[in-house]
This record gives sequence, C-alpha cells and structure tokens, in this order.
Amino acid sequence: MPNHNAFAVIYFFVTLGVAMILRLISLGPISDLLNPDWIMLVMVYWVMALPERFGVFSGFMVGLLTDVLTGRMLGQYALIYAVIAYFTVKEHRRLRQFPVLHQCVFIFYFLMFSKLLVFGLESLKAGNRFGIEYWYSVFTSVLAWPAVFLVLRYIRVLARIA
Amino acid sequence: MVAVLLSIALLIADYRGTRIDALRAFLAVTLYPLQSLASLPVDLYHGLSDLALSSTELLKENQKLKENQLINDARLLKLAALEKENIRLRLLLENSFQLGEQVLVAELLSVKLDPYEHTVMVNKGTRFGIHVRQPVLDANGIVGQVIRVLPNTSEVMLITDPDHAIPVEVNRNGLRTVAFGTGQSNRLHLPFLANNADIVPGDLLVTSGIGGVFPAGYPVAVVDKFEARPDKSFATIYATPKAQLETSREFLIVWNDMAAVELGGAPKVSEADHAKP
Repeated sequence: MPNHNAFAVIYFFVTLGVAMILRLISLGPISDLLNPDWIMLVMVYWVMALPERFGVFSGFMVGLLTDVLTGRMLGQYALIYAVIAYFTVKEHRRLRQFPVLHQCVFIFYFLMFSKLLVFGLESLKAGNRFGIEYWYSVFTSVLAWPAVFLVLRYIRVLARIA
Repeated sequence: MVAVLLSIALLIADYRGTRIDALRAFLAVTLYPLQSLASLPVDLYHGLSDLALSSTELLKENQKLKENQLINDARLLKLAALEKENIRLRLLLENSFQLGEQVLVAELLSVKLDPYEHTVMVNKGTRFGIHVRQPVLDANGIVGQVIRVLPNTSEVMLITDPDHAIPVEVNRNGLRTVAFGTGQSNRLHLPFLANNADIVPGDLLVTSGIGGVFPAGYPVAVVDKFEARPDKSFATIYATPKAQLETSREFLIVWNDMAAVELGGAPKVSEADHAKP
C-alpha cells in the first residue's frame, strides 16, 4: 500500500481551514455561544495522529492564525495551542489507545485549560465580566469531539496517511 | 518551550502596544479568503431573501423609499439653510466651526469574533484609508469606533461593549455625561448622574463631541429607565441605543476632520452667502 504522507500537510491545512470557517460562521447569538472550539479539536486530532510531523510548533502557528482570525491579542491562542499540542505529543500513545469517551475527558482538560487562560488574560485587560454562558462551549466542544475524531480518522484512512 | 516563550513574548509585546501590526496584517491578508468564505452563507441567505421578494412588495418598498426620499430632501433643504445660519451665528460669536464629515459605506462581514465581546468586522480596511479611532454610524445613530485596521478588514467595537464608553449629552438640556456599554446589545449604562439630575425616560442622548473620537450631535441612545437611589450618590440610568446594532448590515465610517476652520477663512463663506439673494 503506497504511503501518502507527503499529502498530510495539505490535508492538515484543508481540515484546519474548514475548522476556521466553522469557528467564524455566525448563525445567531445562541449558536455563537455554543459553538465548539473546532480549531483546537482538529489540531489535537492531527497532533495525536501524526506527532512526528505536527508538534508544538504547529500548535503555535495554528494559535497565531487563530489570534489574527478572531482579533485577540497576538500570542494568546498561540500559547494555549502550543501547550495543548505539547501535552498531546507527550501523551499521544496513551490517547490513541483510549476509547473515544476517555479521549473526551482529555479534551475536557484541554478546553478547561484554554478557557481558564483566556479568562485570566481577558481579566488582565479589563474587569471580570464573564457569565456562566462563557463556559457552555466547553461542553459542546467535548460533545463535538467524537464526531471530529471519526470524520478526521475516516479522511486519514481514506487518504492513507499513516 | 521555545514556542511558549515566543507566545509570551508576543503577548507582552501586544499588551504593551509595541508595533507588531505588520505581522498581524500579513497573517490577516492570508486569512481573508477564509473570512469571506465564512461570511458567505449568511450573505447568500440575505441575497436569496431579496430575490424571493414579490414584485408587489418591491413596488411597495420603492413607493415608501420615494416618499422617504422626498421628505428627506425637504429636510435637507432646510438643513442647508440652517447650517449656513449656524456658521453666520458662530461667526458673530467669534467661534470656529466644524467642517462637514466625509463618510464611507462599509459592509458587515458575518463573522463572530468572540461572543463575550461586542466587536464586529467590516469589509473595508487600510486600503480605503481607514484608521483607528474612527467613529462608525448607521442610519439611526452611533454604532461604535474602529479599534483595529487590517489591509482588507477592520474591527469595530460597538458602543455596547463592556469596555466602551462614549461621551454624551442630553439633547433636551445639554446635560453632559458618559454612557458605558453593558455587554447587552440593547442597553447602555449612565453611572455618573446624580439623583436630582434633569433626565427623564424618553430623553435623547447625543454625542457631545468631548474626547475627540465622536463628532458632536449624533444620536446615541434614548433613556428608558431612570431610578433615583436616595441611599447612593448616583442614580441608576439605562438607555437603549438608537443604532440597530444587531440588524444593520451597512455601516458608515466617518472621517471627522478635527481641525476646525479658522475664522480667517470663514468670512468668505459668509460674504458669499450674504451676496446670494
């Protein structure tokens, strides 16, 4: 079976582009609040699947693009995604062995970390003003993980990227 | 580890306001296609709902717009006369007067930046000469101000953002104060008025022109709740923004040239006006 690893980067960027579009699409105030962190889910999948190719630095670059895309302080998501990518690389063997439900727990930790850091940084900029609805997207993201995982694995198997 | 240090360095650089805009601008240009793509479904929806309008509805709308146009034209006639009179009167008071403002129409990109911040993205940027701190209006009133400009897009902070404050005055009596955003898209908060302040529900708040960002005299909000609290120094006052913050899709970005016209140049205008019959 021929190996198509050379195309992995292309698949990475295409799926990431789709995730960014999903992140940006605005369908009303409620869906905006519940929108999962697609970019992080896609990044975590690729880092977990191909840790020797996509590592901490990929996480950093993805985060930098997210910062620009959503108008954050430059470096905010870069820091978060780099740290998440680091833990994903470190734990990728274990993560791969886990059933999807166990992976969800890890995703939950990642998301809590990401949200807490954004919370801290934004509070640094201005007073605390987050309500309970700020945390909703953590749960929707966890719920979205199995779908992202299955779709991306399907794509990866189809493209024969090992 | 290097990535973490790099991001922290970037964070500090951005927080301190060091010039790393070039990097942001470069990345933003590469990401612009994604943003327009993300905006596409909503734009398509609006386009399709326009197409689906029946011809009777269109005729009706056209009729209404024509009527509005007529009324506005009549008002503008009066406005031109009033403006000239105003210039003359200010001349009598030896005051300088403000130039008219130049505007540019920018369309909203239907992308959400962050649900807990009231910022929106519009499709005009530095290529159109937009700069930071420009006021943004819609047909009904003040919308917000430009906070960041990228080559193709710019980010606008709405007046309802919790970080935003706008200097206003009560149109009825010129009482000046500041209106803060609350994070709710239909509410502004006026925290600094005393319990005996002359302000009642229904009062129109207009920009006072203090602070230099917003030109004076544009409608901002209508007071909808005034509650005196004898136990506190200040009353609780809430207002509803005039601008259709949630439904407007076209915004006006304004260049308000802060350099007022000096009196030396002014008499010419007034002489020309007087010369006219």
